[in-house]
Formats: sequence, C-alpha cells, structure tokens
Amino acid sequence: MSRPEHLAPPEIFYNDDEARKYTQNSRMINIQLEMAERCLELLMLPEEQTCLLLDLGCGSGLSGSVSEESGHVWFGMDISESMLKVAKEREVEGDLLLGDIGNGIPFQPGTFDGAYSVSTLQWLCNADKSSHKPAKRLYSLFSTLLACLGRNARAVFQFYPENVYQTDLVVSQARKAGFFGGLLVDFPDSTKAKKYFLVLMTGGAMPMPAALGTDNLQINYTSKREKMTKGRASKLVKKSREWILEKKERRRRQGKTTREDTKYTGRARSGRF
Amino acid sequence: MKLLTHNLLSSKCLKGVKVGYPLRIVAKDVKISESEYNMEFVLKMIPKLDWKVLVNAAEQIGHGNNLPIELIEDYEDDEELLKKIHHVLMEVEVINGELICPETQRIFPISAGIPNLLLNEDEVS
Repeated sequence: MSRPEHLAPPEIFYNDDEARKYTQNSRMINIQLEMAERCLELLMLPEEQTCLLLDLGCGSGLSGSVSEESGHVWFGMDISESMLKVAKEREVEGDLLLGDIGNGIPFQPGTFDGAYSVSTLQWLCNADKSSHKPAKRLYSLFSTLLACLGRNARAVFQFYPENVYQTDLVVSQARKAGFFGGLLVDFPDSTKAKKYFLVLMTGGAMPMPAALGTDNLQINYTSKREKMTKGRASKLVKKSREWILEKKERRRRQGKTTREDTKYTGRARSGRF
Repeated sequence: MKLLTHNLLSSKCLKGVKVGYPLRIVAKDVKISESEYNMEFVLKMIPKLDWKVLVNAAEQIGHGNNLPIELIEDYEDDEELLKKIHHVLMEVEVINGELICPETQRIFPISAGIPNLLLNEDEVS
C-alpha cells in the first residue's frame, strides 16, 4: 500500500495534478463515497433533521456531497488549495476554508452537530516541519474540535494508521482532550476491506457501534470436546457442497461479494451442457 | 464564504488571541447565489448565531437587507423575516476580501470564496 504522507506534506502533495486525479479516478471516488457514507452512519445524527456538519480534510468535497444528499449543511476545511479549487469548480454547497486542522478548529463553541473526516488523520501523525509535534497537533485538533461540537455530538474519523503506535497515539490524544469512544475496525479479517474508524463521543461513555464483518467473532460455548478432535474444517473434501459453503463463508467474513447460499449451491450440472 | 460561516468563525487559533470574535469583514466582491429555503434549518441556527454580529457583517458588505437591529421575540412565526435571514446567511457570498482578527489585526485573505486561515509557524499557539 502506498503512503502519500511519506512523500510530501499534504499542501504540497495535493497539487493541481493530484487534485484532478483524485476527482477523476472512479475507484478513488467510490472508496471516498463509501467511507463518507459509513462515517455519516456512525455519526448517528437525529433523523429527519438538517444538521450542521464539519468535514475535516474535505479535499475536493466528495465526502461533502454525501452529506448534501442526506440533506445536511456542511463546512469543509482542508490544507490543500488545489483540492479546494477543484471543490469550488464542482460547485459543492458547503462553505470551504483553507486551514491546517493540526493548528486547531477555529469555530465558536457548540457550533456543529457532528464532525467527520475521510482518510485525513494519518497525515497528522507525521512531522512535516521541524516545528511539528504530532502528539501536540493531534491534541490541539481534538481539544478545539470538542469545544466546537454541540451537546451529544459525535466525531468520526476514517483513517489509515501505519502501525499500532499511530493508533495508540491518536486514541490517547483524543481521550486526553476529553472525548469518549475509541477505535472501530470494519472487516477485521480482511487485509483489503479492513477500515479503521475513530469514533469519538461527547457527553458520557456510550456503547460503541458494531463493526461490520465481525458476526463470527463470538465463540459459542460447547460442552463437547470431541468436536475439536475431528480436525480442522479445511479437511473437507474439495468441491463438495460443505467445502464450497465454507469457502463462501470465509469470503463473506472478508467482506467480499459472495452469492447467496441456495439449494443449487454445489449441485452438479444436469449434463445437458 | 457565506455569512453563516463568518458568524461562527473566530481567530482563536492565533497565538495570544483569547476570544478572536467577531472577525471584521472587508468585501471586495460579493456574489448572490441561490440556495433552497429550509425553514427548519434557519430556526435551528438562529439561537446559535450572534445576531448583532450578523447584522453588522451584512451591513459592512452592503447587503443589510433591512434586518432588525434587535431580533424580535416571536421570529418563529414571521416567515418574511426568516426568508430574509436565510438570504443573508446562505445566499450572500463574499468572493474576494479580507477577514481581520479583532485583537491582533492579522489579515486573513479571502480569494475565490475561500478564506485562507493558514498560519505561519510563529503564530501557532
């Protein structure tokens, strides 16, 4: 996986070329939209209400258009002028600000009903200038964000942590700033579909929302030890119905698209072919 | 930049600034764009807004729109007023101009409708 944050600081990496690429590449667009939809879902906004949202690292406003579609009003903040220019060309409805979220969020207390960010936070884990201290920048982001969120509002950050130290750093700084909540991992079994969300809550610890693709993580109690001695499930006869069902189940756990199980699954062709 | 954003924005990220609100606004170009009227959203935002700041900002950029200096108490039923507020908040956009910090007089330029709030290294608190 390529890590653009190792190549250059965001305001330099996202130049005019890169900004255009970002808004024309359909694969990137789809990932961005999907992540933004999931972020909005995790925000758990009150239904049938127009909310004021903050998009941190809004870029060309792809994630903002998702909140527009759900009928919300949004403000976007980004450090790259080129990306914001593209957003203006796309005529997004949200108001845009050019600024560094690592220096704090410059809004009045209690402004927003929610804040979200799609693949931005990992940029803050790097020190691009000698004056940058990632922990300090994350703390000033979280503490000022907490101040400008309304009561019971949430903030959701989808990001790509490089290693466990980065997740620890991010979570510990968010807690230090006074947020509740923690890390949510969708599709933890799959290397490709795995996605990290930092779900931050204000006003009391509430249960974390459920992650996607984790239905089979719970181990049921069994009194029979014999089951274990039978050997592993992968010893099934290849191409048998059981083997196919198991394989499909495994794909589903990894979040891949899989056809439904039906009575025809694993049945031989009639021979007319 | 819409006046809704201006009403909620401060410059307290600057080193040494305590309140940083309201930012003074100087407009060179102003554009009127159309935006769908959403009464529920306007009603929701009014308690969050600083009314005097809104009236002043609207007058400073020449789109005062005859807003009352004091917000009347039963504004909820006055649809004409709500539509005026919606127009000032959501449809009047500053394209080129400046925002000025009330405490340090630091100038934040607005170009192509985007205010530039980037700070120099020595201004970060």
